[in-house]
Amino acid sequence: MEYEIVIGLEIHAQLLTKTKLFCGCASKFGDPPNTNGCPVCLGLPGALPVLSGLAVEMAVRMGLAVGCSINNKSVFARKNYFYPDLPKGYQISQYELPVCGPGFLVINVGGVEKKVGITRIHLEEDAGKLVHDQDVDSLFDVNRCGTPLIEIVSDPDMRSPQEALAYLAGIKQILEYLKICDCNMEEGSLRCDANISLRPKGQETYGTKTEIKNMNSFRFMEKALEYEARRQEEVLDSGGKIIQQTYLWDPSNNKALPMRSKEDAHDYRYFPEPDLLPLTVEQALIEKARASLPELPQVRKSRFINEFVLPDTTADVLTSDRHIADFFEATLNFFNDARQVANWIMGDILRIMNEQKITLDAITVTPARLGKLLSLISDGTVSAKAAKKVLDTMQSENKEPDTVIDQLGLRQVSDTGALEIALRKVLDEHPAEVERFRGGDKKLTGFFVGQVMKLTKGTGNPKEINTLLQKLFG
Amino acid sequence: MIDKKDVLHIAALARLTLSEEEVEGMTKQLDSILGYIDLLNSADTSGVEASAHMKYDHNPLREDATKESLPHDELLRNGPSVRKGHFAVPKVIG
Repeated sequence: MEYEIVIGLEIHAQLLTKTKLFCGCASKFGDPPNTNGCPVCLGLPGALPVLSGLAVEMAVRMGLAVGCSINNKSVFARKNYFYPDLPKGYQISQYELPVCGPGFLVINVGGVEKKVGITRIHLEEDAGKLVHDQDVDSLFDVNRCGTPLIEIVSDPDMRSPQEALAYLAGIKQILEYLKICDCNMEEGSLRCDANISLRPKGQETYGTKTEIKNMNSFRFMEKALEYEARRQEEVLDSGGKIIQQTYLWDPSNNKALPMRSKEDAHDYRYFPEPDLLPLTVEQALIEKARASLPELPQVRKSRFINEFVLPDTTADVLTSDRHIADFFEATLNFFNDARQVANWIMGDILRIMNEQKITLDAITVTPARLGKLLSLISDGTVSAKAAKKVLDTMQSENKEPDTVIDQLGLRQVSDTGALEIALRKVLDEHPAEVERFRGGDKKLTGFFVGQVMKLTKGTGNPKEINTLLQKLFG
Repeated sequence: MIDKKDVLHIAALARLTLSEEEVEGMTKQLDSILGYIDLLNSADTSGVEASAHMKYDHNPLREDATKESLPHDELLRNGPSVRKGHFAVPKVIG
């Protein structure tokens, strides 16, 4: 039977506030265990939560960025469960009345645009961390407890793992553009769970879904979704039934392992949080948030295409990451040739980042330095080919382009006197080629220029050499 | 109407083991409590906005300024068992 895949995603994003959602403890990754905790996040009796205004503002900004309606009134709810990693024994979340209502995100897979609905965005607190280092017990760290999260819930609108990846990438991009989440999937500041089901093609009602957790990279998510779609297909084809269940993706074995499937596992007995009053989001705050929205990725991409006349794919790569796009525009202030700048960023800056597995923060080549290097190519001080070497050294030694060019002796020789000496030497050494060249074999131009380049250790200006060659035989 | 099955389900969620008599007693008591809620439900509230709280004022918000956390030792003080600077808890799987 032919099936259609139906996927919905729940994305959890840790907000970049300095403090936790309901207390003033630092909300920071990587601090020594159990150093950021207080009576509120430890769940000590009598301690009362006080909501962070900044977290609310960030949630509202995200909502506005994806076209959500903002609820003027929303309610916090207790989600009750024996959490092994939340000392309170419940999580403060939002249930019936979230801070943001329906919105959407436009994705593009293989050139086809599609609108993916966003059901809601709500605020909630993160759980702490458990370390399982031996068999005797588990170790609990309260630091992450109470870290503000927004949960972005999509409609079941995605029809392939590729669409799910595109949606996740789009959400991640916006979170980065808004600077409200650092989106580090490995460290868990951005997490994604998927609901996936199959239905016979053409059928309207959804099939039974399963949930997959622990897909902490795009690659794992793709593998996990493909795995689960295949598994469900096999079950259905053999006449079996899908059991609604939660699976954990195990990346080392490329398998989804079922979590406990107790029937009552999802009976969270939500009720309105008695310790917090309903949250009012004033129109003024919404307007302030709207005014503070940056240019969003899709808008920026269109502008890059129109303003700088860049090809679609180039604009796409440049705007995929806010930092790259900022770097690109900053470099234009120093060298105003958008195509050249785009080529160098895509070809070389991204190459260095990939090779060394570093982010843009660790790139020591500033926009000013890259701009300077490009002007040195354009005025003939250094050849484009040699400049690639220069760029690598600029990065590894954190130096200015001029300094590196001299250090490596790559200053391009345009001095015709010096070049003519080199060219004459080459001609003397290759009488046979000279004969053929005289006989009309113009293909040998490249050979002579190459030999002069070799002799000048790549510093000769090929254009000048060419001109000299024409002059000598002219 | 609440029945024995509901009581056992709720008890399981709360990790409570009830004796046969306790199940009987709880069923009766919870049923009478829910009966009272039914009485409240019979009041005409059409035109009254549902509220999550008795008092609906505005929810106070906090500035995003860090406060000092508890000192590490103090933080762990109530833990029944401590190992490697962590609360040591019964083995949790998954």
